[in-house]
Amino acid sequence: MTTETPHSTGATEAEPARPLAPPADPLVAEPAEGPWRHRHVLDLDDFDADEIETVLDLADRMQEVLERRIARVPALRGHTIVNLFYEPSTRTRASFELAGKVLGADVLSVSASTSSVQKGESLIDTVRTLRAMGAGILVMRHPSAGAPYLAARHTDAAIVNAGDGAHAHPTQGLVDLYTMRKHFGDLEGKRVVMIGDIAHSRVARSDLWGLSTLGADVVVCGPPTLLPLGLAAAQRPPDAAGALPPVEIETDIDRAIDGAHVVMALRLQSERQQGGLLPSLHEYALHYQVTSARLARAHPEHLLMHPGPKNEGVEIAREVAAGDHSIIEQQVANGVAVRMALLYLLALGRDADGAGPAP
Amino acid sequence: MVESVPAELRAGGPVLDAEGIRRTIRRLAHEIVERNAGIGGLVLIGIQTRGVTLATRLANLIAEFEGARPTLGTLDITLHRDDLASRGLRSTPRPSALPDVEGRSVVLVDDVLYTGRTVRAALDTINDFGRPRHVRLAVLIDRGHRELPIRADIVGKNIPTTRGDQVQVLLDEEDGRDAVVVIPGGERP
Repeated sequence: MTTETPHSTGATEAEPARPLAPPADPLVAEPAEGPWRHRHVLDLDDFDADEIETVLDLADRMQEVLERRIARVPALRGHTIVNLFYEPSTRTRASFELAGKVLGADVLSVSASTSSVQKGESLIDTVRTLRAMGAGILVMRHPSAGAPYLAARHTDAAIVNAGDGAHAHPTQGLVDLYTMRKHFGDLEGKRVVMIGDIAHSRVARSDLWGLSTLGADVVVCGPPTLLPLGLAAAQRPPDAAGALPPVEIETDIDRAIDGAHVVMALRLQSERQQGGLLPSLHEYALHYQVTSARLARAHPEHLLMHPGPKNEGVEIAREVAAGDHSIIEQQVANGVAVRMALLYLLALGRDADGAGPAP
Repeated sequence: MVESVPAELRAGGPVLDAEGIRRTIRRLAHEIVERNAGIGGLVLIGIQTRGVTLATRLANLIAEFEGARPTLGTLDITLHRDDLASRGLRSTPRPSALPDVEGRSVVLVDDVLYTGRTVRAALDTINDFGRPRHVRLAVLIDRGHRELPIRADIVGKNIPTTRGDQVQVLLDEEDGRDAVVVIPGGERP
């Protein structure tokens, strides 16, 4: 049974079930000193602009650490971070591992497919078992939306959502914001276009929240079957309770890209689609592939982004992915610095009475 | 212990005024160059935040009387602190920007030397960047009470203090005026 939360999209059938409403206690910390009050990182919908800037500024510091000859600091020595991944991952998992290690923490990765999950162990038991071994921070990726919220209610470890179903991928959202901010400075008023399988993309959702908070103009573009049902209907006046951030919805790729400062191509999430949403990949590519010709309409200084993994020839043309405007590899490189910043804030940001996991 | 602290300090007046600071920094600049027998290989590294301001002033002064400016760097030691667990997020890392230190004569610059823990963290941080030929320490104020075996090579002024006292170095670039003030223990806000 889902409860209507202040951030409910009001979306219906095409979307996975909304996560259960977080109760007051375990998920919202006592306000700490300075702009950081998160016990967990579950979604970007409850980050205000100051908090986002705090993470991005700290990521700049971490980026500098990564450029040192010996890129290691002892800040998180004694802390144990566990990656608990129920879905495959290259980038996210590797960058969390590296991020923890650069900060001096002990990091282990547990892959559900090779764990006792195969013997029927529940999520809650798995989380509690890892916590009992000393894991202070759990980085979780799970196919069910809301799984990290459930975990957060059953442990005092810090939970980082590395992707829950099609719901959210807040750390990738922050990486994308960091990458854009590095190039443009201020994102206020910048036109950011996301093209592709919006309905099934947790990255798109998290980017949407973060970009809106920072004042960017967001455009989503894709075939009608891949745009979240009710996205338009759910948009109410900005001051209405539960209002989604304003988003321009466009099914014509040329109109969408016109004047864009950032063009982000998204992969078709075939693993999440029910099927029958597209006539063929060829049809999709014909109408929605990001090509050099189409990018000619974008802002001359535009950035071409893709959260990866990419399928060249489908949502993105090969020459575009390797082109001058592409910063896809920078997105990856920035991933470690941003995740370092989050791990640092979570590990050191516990409230004064020491509640929460000791290292 | 309290009796050894001069009356003027107990009153909370400036221990060093603007003129005093100006003269002291000028002397420090000369001592740095003297100890190094010139500015060859010299790298001044200021510890955030007021050490950076001081290092910048020293570099400018040295440029005046030597005709060439020594290399300047800034160092933030937050990530190497030994008390991060208890400080939590109260310290926010600031930028570090170091030039090449490999084989160079590094002079660490800070405003106040107290327990020595900041300097220990600075030495560890520098190690991550390279291996200097040697590292010297220059401070404006040495207030005693070392908790680690660390000493300054070049000192502006020694101020005996008690542990409860607070030593504040105010610099024009950051605080609008130059002064070194001691707030006696027990009067902390």
